[in-house]
Amino acid sequence: MTTHILQIIYLIASVTFIIGLKFLGNPATARKGNLIAAFGMGIAIFGTIFLYTSPESGQHLHNLAFIFGALIVGTVLGFIAAKKVQMTAMPEMVSLFNGMGGACAMLISIIEFQHLSDGSLVGLESKLFIIIVGMIIGSISFSGSMIAWGKLSGNVKDKSFGKQQLINVGLLLVILVLAYFTIMGGVMDASTLFYAVLTLSLLYGILFVLPIGGADMPVVISLLNSFTGVAAACGGFLYDNKVMLVGGILVGSAGTLLTIVMCKAMNRSLLNVLIGNFGGGATGDAATSSSFEGSIKEVSASDAAILMRYAKKVIIVPGYGLAVAQAQHVVHDLELLLESEGVEVKYAIHPVAGRMPGHMNVLLAESNVSYDKLVEMEEINPEFNTTDVVLVVGANDVVNPAAKTDPNSPIYGMPILDVENAANVIVNKRSMKAGYAGIENELFYKPKTSMLFGDAKKALTELVSEIKALG
Amino acid sequence: MLEFINENIQLIYLVILMIFVGIELIGHVPSVLHTPLMSGANAIHGVVIIGSIIVMGQAEHTLSLILGFLAVVLGTLNVVGGFVVTDRMLEMFKKKK
Repeated sequence: MTTHILQIIYLIASVTFIIGLKFLGNPATARKGNLIAAFGMGIAIFGTIFLYTSPESGQHLHNLAFIFGALIVGTVLGFIAAKKVQMTAMPEMVSLFNGMGGACAMLISIIEFQHLSDGSLVGLESKLFIIIVGMIIGSISFSGSMIAWGKLSGNVKDKSFGKQQLINVGLLLVILVLAYFTIMGGVMDASTLFYAVLTLSLLYGILFVLPIGGADMPVVISLLNSFTGVAAACGGFLYDNKVMLVGGILVGSAGTLLTIVMCKAMNRSLLNVLIGNFGGGATGDAATSSSFEGSIKEVSASDAAILMRYAKKVIIVPGYGLAVAQAQHVVHDLELLLESEGVEVKYAIHPVAGRMPGHMNVLLAESNVSYDKLVEMEEINPEFNTTDVVLVVGANDVVNPAAKTDPNSPIYGMPILDVENAANVIVNKRSMKAGYAGIENELFYKPKTSMLFGDAKKALTELVSEIKALG
Repeated sequence: MLEFINENIQLIYLVILMIFVGIELIGHVPSVLHTPLMSGANAIHGVVIIGSIIVMGQAEHTLSLILGFLAVVLGTLNVVGGFVVTDRMLEMFKKKK
């Protein structure tokens, strides 16, 4: 009887996952979608604790005190971490949580293997297969996510060495061969092989993420996210548990698609992201092409203030620099001030602005910028012709005309914001240092472009007070 | 291999259907929502916690109890952290006038 109720609970939870994901895809319903999925997760967890009976012994779960203890510890830690994290640090937080899920899948496989290896492994090939698949994927996702987290929080540097790709492919092959022999048996002690596979999988996760450039981390996190989904689905096979299967595979497939969509926004293929070292390889030939016509023109905050105060239409292009400087609130003040003076203000959001697609929207929304003011690239590009001033804040590659004009540029083909069509362009940057892609930007040398150097927050605060002074 | 497919044929049907559902569900998501969506999906794969609860509820040795405890803690972190972070992101998308 209890098993029947549990199956119905799992069914409901599976439906909430599907509806939740569907709702997450629409700005109006997204928040509700998240809550629906969370509700489904809740009933699935408590249903399992109280109603699950082992198909072999028919016994309910025991160790309830430990289970609740673990739940409480995890809830408190997860809640605090999630509430405390800065909005700018969101991507590494997602990566960290993803790693936790991967580690959870890995541990399940380890315990189940220990359990199995108490007896004879003969005739259990199917079960072993699923355990090992879950363990390999889970541990790659775990160690990979940890490296991604380290990179995003600045603790781990990009590292690549010669023949890295070859080593990775070789390592993967060794893992697969060892896994095969663990399942089929007969070569060595299965336990030894199993733990060798575990160690190598963890190592593979590290080596897989290490050479990928910091700018591509979002894509990697999204990919690892779908890995963890597949690892969770392995649990579904292991326990004949449909809710794990549905949740896991949904994330696996949706996550993979999301990864591809993200790559498309940068006009690169997934393969290119995974094997091409963007930042590293590109800098070499870029250094030679640094001579553009024209010169850098600097503008003072007061001149920039006048230009913007008496403009009809201003478009703000926020980039990573804005996120780093935590200037999202100041930029909102600037917007309100200009609006009160009768200037039309909009934000142009490049799909890969910030550290993750959509990250810039989250940041600006945090400082109460209205959702309608955030305009996506395709919609805003025709508007630059009629714009008096474009203010670029801490963005570089997404406004680099080389993406359209220079076939040798590493970002050639990436869709960009056509800011050079506007009457005036003011670029706020900390220095003349190149962006993520490590390439020079011709835009900065154009006659209509003027540079407002300084930390985004400081420069914008100054700009705001200068505009206020104009009255 | 064949044996595995035969034993799990129902689940394999489910896997294939869910692959298509997953692709269909997020096929037309505006890029604005990519980060929250990734984070939401991240929370949903926390369903792996169900497995860790089952493992722990059947654990007998001290070692599996310890590892199981750790697994449930990590799974809970994934679930709770994931949903709370997503909610925080989406909280900011409220329509404003």
